[in-house]
Order: sequence, then structure tokens, then C-alpha cells
Amino acid sequence: MASCSVEDVLTKAERDEAEKLKGITVNKELDLEFDPGNLLAFDKNRIDTREFKDNKREDFLRSLARDNTQLLINEVWKLPTERVEEIIVAKLPDPTTSLPREKPAPKPKPPTKWEQFAKLKGIQKKKKTNLVWDEVHKEWRRRWGYKRAKDDTKEWLIEVPENADPSEDQFAKRNKAKKERVAKNEYNRLKNIARAQKIKVPGMGLAPTPRQSKAELAQAVNVAKISTASVGKFQDNLPKEKTPKNTGKKRKFQPLIGDFSSEKQKQLDLLKVMDSKKPRLDITKAVNKQMREEDRDSAQKSKKGFGKKGRRGNMSGKGKGKAGGKGKAKKGKGQKPHMKQGKR
Amino acid sequence: SKAQSQAKTRRSKRFLQSRQPKLTEDQKSSMIIRGGNTSQTVSQALKDVYALKKPNAVLYKRKNMVRPFDDSTALEFFSKKSDCSLFLFGSHNKKRPNNLIFGRMFDFHVLDMFELGIERFVSLRDVKTDTCPEGTKPLLVFAGELFETDREHQRLRSLLTDFFCGPRVSAVRLAGLEHVLHFTALEGKIYMRSYKVLLKKSGCRTPRIQLQDMGPSFDFVMRRNHMASDDLYKTAHRQPRGVKPKKKKNISHDAFGTRLGRLHMQKQDLDKLQTRKMKGLRKRRGEQTAETAAAAAKAPRTDE
Repeated sequence: MASCSVEDVLTKAERDEAEKLKGITVNKELDLEFDPGNLLAFDKNRIDTREFKDNKREDFLRSLARDNTQLLINEVWKLPTERVEEIIVAKLPDPTTSLPREKPAPKPKPPTKWEQFAKLKGIQKKKKTNLVWDEVHKEWRRRWGYKRAKDDTKEWLIEVPENADPSEDQFAKRNKAKKERVAKNEYNRLKNIARAQKIKVPGMGLAPTPRQSKAELAQAVNVAKISTASVGKFQDNLPKEKTPKNTGKKRKFQPLIGDFSSEKQKQLDLLKVMDSKKPRLDITKAVNKQMREEDRDSAQKSKKGFGKKGRRGNMSGKGKGKAGGKGKAKKGKGQKPHMKQGKR
Repeated sequence: SKAQSQAKTRRSKRFLQSRQPKLTEDQKSSMIIRGGNTSQTVSQALKDVYALKKPNAVLYKRKNMVRPFDDSTALEFFSKKSDCSLFLFGSHNKKRPNNLIFGRMFDFHVLDMFELGIERFVSLRDVKTDTCPEGTKPLLVFAGELFETDREHQRLRSLLTDFFCGPRVSAVRLAGLEHVLHFTALEGKIYMRSYKVLLKKSGCRTPRIQLQDMGPSFDFVMRRNHMASDDLYKTAHRQPRGVKPKKKKNISHDAFGTRLGRLHMQKQDLDKLQTRKMKGLRKRRGEQTAETAAAAAKAPRTDE
């Protein structure tokens, strides 16, 4: 009798378990594919088209959806859970379906000059505290920024160092030094950006700004003119353009009372050159230069001749004036006796 | 970047930075565009999808004379301006009535586009049940072997997943799984149904599911499509290096949960091993003779 009741109890327990699980079990031919990370399920089973008639379609779809959702919920309930502020939350794994990105992957920024150096030397970044104890003010202050701990521009008393000029304004000196440091930092930051994006930074005065003054524009034009392979030698002038006269290397003069030995040496070299029999004039170079000039002028003349026949009278006057000027200006080494002076 | 150097205020710089490509991307936004001529069905359908995707969608209600399959530059322009990579374009004409084009972009160029015609549509308004709160992550179910076997259906499945999947979350509130979208593919038609999930008591921990009709339901028929070439598709999937966590090698777990690793050693001569020297146990000379004597004494006794 006892064994019977035990068996009964066991079978009853089994039946109860089955009953419990009946609610959530779903029979399918093929198992579904799950992606709990995306809350996604895919049912590969064949859909019976016979059940898919017009009047019963919605019910069929609903029951199919119910079964599939039940299986997906079973999967989600198997995941580890944790309690976050009295709410039971299931931790989702990473999604397994790969979806395309929105934008291409970002390119890593090239390291700045400092970063390259630090990597080379093996310098690690040390994490620093934000606040520093300031002894003078007896309080915690920022390490950098507004009202920082050690701000040397904010001192009310500065001792004049021994070797400094007594009339120099030490406060102004410190302010100026700070401004210079800030400007240098900004300049380096912009150079880093330019290097990272491979933008060519133009020289001083040539970066396009919204409002350019006349002088800046003129400078830009001149720089553009000499940016050819022959450094602007064969660039013609526009009708009313004047060639800038002060271009070329600036001569650097030695100070009046400087190095005596070098001065003596220079003067001795000069005497030696004057004594030697070799001519200082390079004939071939001079002849070539003159020929080039002639060619250029004849080319200009022929162009002008075709265009403006009526104004030749005026032109000749101008040409003469110019020729004279040119003749006078060119003095020095390469000058040779003028062969053609009036006919320009 | 060049765009960032054009930013004149910090706010605009932040805005531009948020639109830059990132290692792990945020949720994709979608733009829902009304085409040149739309029927009542299409307009209502667009509004319903917009309601489903609410915080991350923009709805362009005015008519836009765009033909996506002929010329996608207008769509790409909209996408660039609104920073949306998913789009839904609705139009209606005699040749293609009640037309919806689902599409996605990569790098502001069209990646995939699928044109689906609406044969039957039941709107949110017509079904009078409570809807889920905005922004719930829906459960997605795809049914039908076509989604596995047919290449176009596979791509469409990927596109619909992308469109409806919602934000990427690390954890989900178990009671908050309320919305399920069910897609069935049969004989060239796609049936999309949306249900509200009711979690009922069952005997055990996992609840029993009951579904309640909710939300828009569509009967789609597949029309034209534009799928991206294989290499473009592959490029779009390429993940940057920082995303995948580096797997630590040589760590295994046995049945009891202990963490094991393997050490690889050179071959050792076990006779010449350098072990610990226990000086106390070392045999001394006096003891040695006593031991041998004892051993010898024992041996004849056993023999006897």
C-alpha cells in the first residue's frame, strides 16, 4: 500500500510538472535561431499554406506569432538577471546578427609632436589631481584655470632681481611673458591640426581672411607672381601694374665696429682682386643677359604694335622714359655699354 | 576635421562632433518622406511607422518629387542634412499603388532599397487597444524559410531588422517586453503584424504569452529592389579595431568552475631536478649503519 501511494505521489508530481511546463512549451519541427542581444528570433519552419486561407489568416498568424514569441521569451528568461533598484533586469549578451554600420570607421588621429616624443622616450601620462593646496591663500585651488593655485601674474609684490633694469615694469613683463606663452601654445595647437589633416599652412599674410587689406592683396599677388618655375622671370605685367622695386635679398651690413680681424681680411681680399689680371666681368653672362632683355622688349613691342597702333606715339614716349630709368638703375657687375638706348 | 574647423561656437563644434563617425555607433535615425503623390493609405502608413520609431525619426510631411530608384541624390542630400541613415519613402501612382520604399545608407550613399507595395493595411487608429510607451525595444520575429533561402529575402530581413530593432541595450527590464513585430514571408508576400505581449502566469518562472492585436499591420508585396554590391556590403560591415575586445588566450574552465591555464616547459630530467632540500631528513653517517643493521636483522627474521 505504501509503495503504491509513493508511486502515485511520484506520477502525480510528474504530471504536475508537465502541466506547469505545458503553458510554455511549444512544439516545432526545427528549432528557432535566436539572437537575444537584439531580441530577435528566426523561424525556419515551413508554413502550411492550407491553413493560410483568407478568413482564417489572422488567427493563423496570431497563433504562429504567439508560439514564436513564447520561444523567444523562454530564451530571454534563461539569461542571467540582476536587481537594479528593485527592478528585475535581464542582462543581454552582445548581438550576433551583424548589421552594417552607418558611417565608415573613424581613422585614428595621427599623434601630435609631443605624443611622438613621449612614445619615443617612454614617458607615461601621470594622472594629476584637479585641486592643489595653496599655502598662501590657505585653501584648495585648481591646478590650472581661473583662480589657480600658483598664478605668478596675480602677485602683489615682486622683488626686482639684481641684474634687472630698475625702471623695468616687472608686472608688465610677467603679463607679456604669459601672453607669449599662450600665443605659442595656440600656434602649436593649430600646427598640430594642420599636420593631422595635411592642410598646407600658407606663410605669413597669405592665409585667406574674410577682409583683406590692399597691402595684403598686393603681397598675395606678388607672391603668386613669383610662384612659377622660373621665379616670375617671364611673367608679364598687367597694363597698369608696377613691378615692385624692393624685392630681392636684403643686404645685411656688418656693424661698424665689429670683428677687426675679419674686416682686415676682407679688405686684403679686395686688394688682391683689384691686383689680379682677370677681368671681373663675365662676358658670356653679360651678353646673354642683354640678349634676353632685347628679346623680351621686342616681343612686348610686337604685341603692343598689333593691339594699339593709334597710341604708338604715347607708347614711345613712355618707352623712352622707362629705358632711361632702366639704364640708370642697372649699374654694377653685369653692365655693359648700351647698344640700344632710344629705340624702345 | 574640416567641418569642425568651420565651427565658430562651442555648441556648433559639439554638434558637428556628434555627427562624426564613432567607434561604436549610436542608434540609427530614420527619415520618413512623403513622395510626389500619396494616397490616404500611404500617408497613414507613414504616420504609423513614425509613431513606432518616434524619438529617432523625422517625418517630412510635404510632398517631395523624388524618384529614389532613378536618382538617389536628393535622398542622400536629405540624409546628410538630417544625419539619418535609414529612410522610408512613400508614394502612390497608377503603376505602383501604395508604394513604400525601405532603405538604408552607408556614408550617406544608398546601400540597399526595397520597394514594397501595401495590399492591406490596418492602422493604429482602427485598432482600439492600448499601445506601448514610446521607445520600447520590440521583439522581432521572422518566420518563413524564404528568409533563409532566398538572397533578396535575406537582405530584406537584414534591412527590416536594422529598421525596427531599436537602441542597443546591455540589459532589458523583463516586465517591459511588451511589443512584438512578426514578419512572415510566403509566396513573395510579406505579412507584418504588430502585437502587444501579455505575460500571464504559468506554473514556472517563465510566463505564458498571450498576444493582443495592436498597432499597424501590413500585407506587403515585393516589388523592385536595389541591393548593394557584395564588396560595398562587406565594407559597410567592417568594424574598426577597437570594438572587439581582445580574447584572452590560454584560459579554460573545468567542470567545477576553476580557472585553468597551461604552462609550456622544456623537457626536464626528473633525476636531476632541483627540489627543496630538507636538511633534517638527510641521512647522517651514524644513523645509516644502525638502519642497515636493523634492516639486516629484520631480513633473516622474516626469512624464518
